[in-house]
Amino acid sequence: MSDEQLRTTLGGLKSFTFDDVPWTTPKPLHESRVAIVTTAGLRVESNADWNAGDQGFTQIPHDAENLTLAHYSPNFDRVGWVLDKNVVFPIDRLHELAEDGIIGSVAKTHVSFMGAQPDHTLETIRLDSGPAAAKLLTDDEVDLVLLTPV
Amino acid sequence: MGTLASVLEKAGFATVALSSIRGQIETTAPPRALHCEFPLGRPLGKPNEPEFQRKVITTAFSLLEQPSGPVLVDYPISIDDDADTPLSCPIPPADTSGRNPAAAEALGLLPAWRRTQDNYGRSTVGKVVTAEQVPDMLDLFAQIADGESWEDVGFPGDPTKIAADIKNFYEEAAISLADTPPSARRAESWFVTETLGGKTIQTARIKMKEADVNFYFWYYLLPMTQHHAIDTN
Repeated sequence: MSDEQLRTTLGGLKSFTFDDVPWTTPKPLHESRVAIVTTAGLRVESNADWNAGDQGFTQIPHDAENLTLAHYSPNFDRVGWVLDKNVVFPIDRLHELAEDGIIGSVAKTHVSFMGAQPDHTLETIRLDSGPAAAKLLTDDEVDLVLLTPV
Repeated sequence: MGTLASVLEKAGFATVALSSIRGQIETTAPPRALHCEFPLGRPLGKPNEPEFQRKVITTAFSLLEQPSGPVLVDYPISIDDDADTPLSCPIPPADTSGRNPAAAEALGLLPAWRRTQDNYGRSTVGKVVTAEQVPDMLDLFAQIADGESWEDVGFPGDPTKIAADIKNFYEEAAISLADTPPSARRAESWFVTETLGGKTIQTARIKMKEADVNFYFWYYLLPMTQHHAIDTN
């Protein structure tokens, strides 16, 4: 089975849909402070474990060196991550874009949740951990969020 | 991913989501999404190719120019995985102390795994056990493959997590055994189809399924991409 077939299977799973599409008018890109929010299940300590169903999040400092990918699902490639963290968490690319003036700045605080959640309603993320992570990003004066999926 | 993007957009941020599964991003309909048909687990597409990664990001940011949403755009470049093309690489000499062949093979792979750590500084081994404990864990899976109950062999934790530690250990060792960095799922395919460790877990998985063990504990011992039927006779 290839990723193409896996996509067909996983693409048909139930998902939560909001009644309306939320919309925030972006600031000019070159003035925007950018954070990464990934669903890769990253941790800053060496703990490589993240339980299925855990809708919590971790805070990732922009200069964290010892990131571990702890996602519970076996159904995706991890070799790319070992070769280059930027293929999941493109922090070096953001710093380059900031140096080139394409984005305004890179946040000090980034966030990881874990994808492939068994509870498709994502109630905890919608009502608790999502808003809590948003508060951290607000405190860091973030304008724009780039989300990367795993 | 799509739902999380909407939660953050509601909180006042402009968001752009990279998408890896189109069906889910269509259903969750976040404000702005760039669907990238890249291997699952590599959302920026290509490791150690900064220009490629940068182009993906700047294309995603170009969606901010759209006046309303939901915006869903397909990235024009696709990358396939290699789930059915095992890596071709040598397997180092196994330990000769007489333990079961899969455990002996894993002991022989430890130097290669350590070279990967020295070169890249990242590991995904450690959910339950360390790399040094992988051979002992293969002893336990070999007992299941030989007919023992998984509940009696003495796993120190969730067997699916231990199987993940073993798979990740082999894949990380393969990085240092291959001539070039493995494309997506090539090391996974090599582990399951070419190594004694992978074959041992596959055999144990089938034995647990036949013994009507709880679905979770046998199904997730290996990635869905490697759920090949095998001859257990």
